[in-house]
Amino acid sequence: MSWTLALPELVLAVAGLLILAVGVFPKRDTFFPASMAVIGALLLTAVLVLGQEEGTAFGGQYVSDSFSSFMKLLTILGGALGLLLALDWNEKEGLDRFEFSVLVLYATLGGMVMVSANDLMATYLGLELLSLPLYVIAAFNRDDARSSEAGLKYFVLGALASGLLLYGASLIYGFAGSTNFDRLAEALDTAQGASPGLVVGIVFVIAALAFKVSAVPFHMWTPDVYEGAPTPVTAFFAMAPKVAAIALLARVLLGPFGDVAAQWQQVMLLVSMGSMLLGAFAAIGQRNIKRLMAYSSIGHVGYALMGVAVASDEGLRGLLVYMAIYIVMNVGTFAVIVAMRRGGRAVEQVDDLAGLGRHDPAMAMWMAVFMFSMAGIPPLAGFFGKLYVFLAAVQGGFWVLATVGVLTSVVSAYYYLRIVKVMYFDQGAGALDRAPASLSVVMAGTGLFNLLFILWPAPMLAAAGAAAAALLT
Amino acid sequence: MNAVGFPLLSLLTFLPLVGAAITMSVRGEDAVVARNARWIALWTSLGVFLLSLILWARFDRGTAEFQFVERVSWLPEFGVGYHMGVDGISVLFVLLSTALTPICILASWEAITARVREYMVAFLVLETMMVGMFAALDMLVFYVFFEGVLIPMFLIIGVWGGARRVYAAYKFFLYTLLGSVLMLLAILYLWREAGTTDIPTLHRHAVPIAAQAWIFFAFLASFAVKVPMWPVHTWLPDAHVEAPTAGSVILAGVLLKMGAYGFIRFSLPILPEASAQFAPLIFVLSVVAVAYTSLVALAQEDMKKLIAYSSVAHMGIVTIGIFTFNQQGLSGALFTMLAHGVVSGALFLCVGVLYDRVHSREIARYGGIAGIMPSYGLVFLFFTMASVGLPGLANFVGEFLVIVGAWKVNPWVAAGAALSMILGACYMLLLYRRVAFGRVTREDLRALLDLSPREYAVFVPLVLVTLWMGVYPQSFLDVFETSVAALIQRHEAALSAARLAGL
Repeated sequence: MSWTLALPELVLAVAGLLILAVGVFPKRDTFFPASMAVIGALLLTAVLVLGQEEGTAFGGQYVSDSFSSFMKLLTILGGALGLLLALDWNEKEGLDRFEFSVLVLYATLGGMVMVSANDLMATYLGLELLSLPLYVIAAFNRDDARSSEAGLKYFVLGALASGLLLYGASLIYGFAGSTNFDRLAEALDTAQGASPGLVVGIVFVIAALAFKVSAVPFHMWTPDVYEGAPTPVTAFFAMAPKVAAIALLARVLLGPFGDVAAQWQQVMLLVSMGSMLLGAFAAIGQRNIKRLMAYSSIGHVGYALMGVAVASDEGLRGLLVYMAIYIVMNVGTFAVIVAMRRGGRAVEQVDDLAGLGRHDPAMAMWMAVFMFSMAGIPPLAGFFGKLYVFLAAVQGGFWVLATVGVLTSVVSAYYYLRIVKVMYFDQGAGALDRAPASLSVVMAGTGLFNLLFILWPAPMLAAAGAAAAALLT
Repeated sequence: MNAVGFPLLSLLTFLPLVGAAITMSVRGEDAVVARNARWIALWTSLGVFLLSLILWARFDRGTAEFQFVERVSWLPEFGVGYHMGVDGISVLFVLLSTALTPICILASWEAITARVREYMVAFLVLETMMVGMFAALDMLVFYVFFEGVLIPMFLIIGVWGGARRVYAAYKFFLYTLLGSVLMLLAILYLWREAGTTDIPTLHRHAVPIAAQAWIFFAFLASFAVKVPMWPVHTWLPDAHVEAPTAGSVILAGVLLKMGAYGFIRFSLPILPEASAQFAPLIFVLSVVAVAYTSLVALAQEDMKKLIAYSSVAHMGIVTIGIFTFNQQGLSGALFTMLAHGVVSGALFLCVGVLYDRVHSREIARYGGIAGIMPSYGLVFLFFTMASVGLPGLANFVGEFLVIVGAWKVNPWVAAGAALSMILGACYMLLLYRRVAFGRVTREDLRALLDLSPREYAVFVPLVLVTLWMGVYPQSFLDVFETSVAALIQRHEAALSAARLAGL
């Protein structure tokens, strides 16, 4: 039983081993075929996730429900698209080694385990499986000092976060007597709420996961790692690990600790507001577009965490919708950033986009769509992401949170607009190289999603609603 | 319900998008692309205008109900639907939008030479947003269109604008966005409160009095910026001055009306008690706007800036009219909105004619133009007189009605409104005298050519409409009379109900 329920993860793990085993034999570089195989394996896994039954397995360590399916699909999407962005880049930068794609596969697998974790032990397992490949691919460009620095920084701080998680888990075990989420939920279903020791444990767990989603005040590593890591890796960082960690955070806080929401809610409110404020103000001065995107992602996490902070059905649904739309906007934006090359060399200053509206109207148009979408201007998809978390905040009566949210979205509109301004209003330094076909396809696909989401939002909302209901029953 | 048997309003709203898509697909050499883009945009917008005439012809003036209603399920479990329809209050603004767009495209025919295709696409998208906003009967749909306007307008100002275009584009975008997001919070509150965002349903929903003030101020934040009311008007002169001529026309003609329309559509019917309570505040702000911006206009050296400030003053009249809550005041406000849309649009076009030839908007750069360009001098004089409120031309009717309506509420407010007519005469006549009369001081002006056939095509319809509105206003007043009467009746019923509850 256990083995069949966890079929998607198992298939993906075995596929990874196979690709690894086959990949070592050929003498020539095998990056492209290996990547195709990994993307194929991820797609197969996605199909299996769609057909996955509900239930728990491995002695309650693993859970499958519509919440986990929704988040797993997003994680897989993030992984596959992240790899797609790397195809052309890694070749041009001489990073076309097949281990890269296998590492992406295992990181995605780790994310999936996190999403399905129903026990603090499985949580830790998934988190480590996610993090270890990330440390390696952050430093994948090992001849580049910045990349090595990014990998090392991420590793040191990531190890600290893992330690925090373990410490928190041990406190929770000590004060509540179990690490299993179902058991914890039963133990906490009492009138007196959580004991102070348990609350300290919860705060430690929140801190560790806040580190992974780069929420304030555990965001310090983000700009440096985002800037230093190879650009497709940055794109991957902004997607799969974030989705997995946010899913886990939602599951831990709203599942076993849902009954004691009043005791952790203030922490999440502060984390959410802090992230929105920092993401809005700190990005204004950035000249490097990857750094800018790092702060932007901190801001977006703040909006998404509003959905956790309000601790309600609507909030969780808003969070799910937000993450789904965020992934798509983010992939598109990074497709443009990955495509930024002049004379064969990668460039990453915002000003390098100057005059793009004249030289490459299609790419500039998509970038403008992503920027307006990130700023949350209707009729683009990003608006709907924000709309549902704001709606949840208003429904829960969190007026301060909602007001901070809308005001910071005005502030952040400023730097998104700056990119549009640079592309359309400024004179260019010279044309960028033509974007490779794979990136153009990703841009057009995600761009169309952002433009046309408004026509048919009901299916995604229904899926998110079902997923949210599954977690909160 | 739908009188024509096909979704006319959706067609009007989205046809420009189809035109934009076709325009975008034009390929070839720059000159060919530019020519084709112009023609496609012109024919699309003319087609939309002709279609909108059906709306005007088939509109039933006898009822205050929404007409041409369309309803498509969109987010059923949230109580949000794609719901379109017009009543007497909105139908004329749909027409104003569809009429001004072809005129704008024609006015940009030669003035815009760079990136013509993108320019035309931006204008067609803008038309979609404007028409959709006036036709939306769901608050969320309204908000989407209301905000969507920002994107094309930001690009129009920023790409094709004047020297300080970047500053002006940012200021326009962020100022408006800041107001709008506060309105979004209000919309979300009403959504939670009533379980739906359907506007007709919300009109019947009684919002708790304690919450009304907050909601009112959230709406005020958005609409006051858009109108614009003093003291949040400062984005307007910048945006107007830097925008290309056609951009200014749309800004003055339609976008400024969005705020006033919002007051009439949301604040008055949904928040009757708060509207009544804060009417004095609106009066004070409006009278200050009239006096202050008129005086500022007197001191301007830039023609566009002068007309921009005059817009703020005229919109002050509109907000006074809206918050009188009587038939004359509201009808006058609506009429002034229409008249101002036509006349100030035309005035910006007049400035554009000179700017295209001389590339300067400085008043001191000109002089004696009436002798050099007699036909132009006549057209400019015509619209100057209309703006001043000469009886027989459009603005007079609206302003007169507002003053009558305001007199019933408070004679001092009426006096403040009347100030606009006096000061308006000062700055407009001063402008006209300095530009058109006097000796020709700059020799190069003697070479200027009079209006071209294309420019006649732009101005003649505007002149005719201005005359029509001034000589026979009843044909427009008829349209909104019933809806305004119903609005006032509901407003008074709500107020008396609240008073009874208070006793």
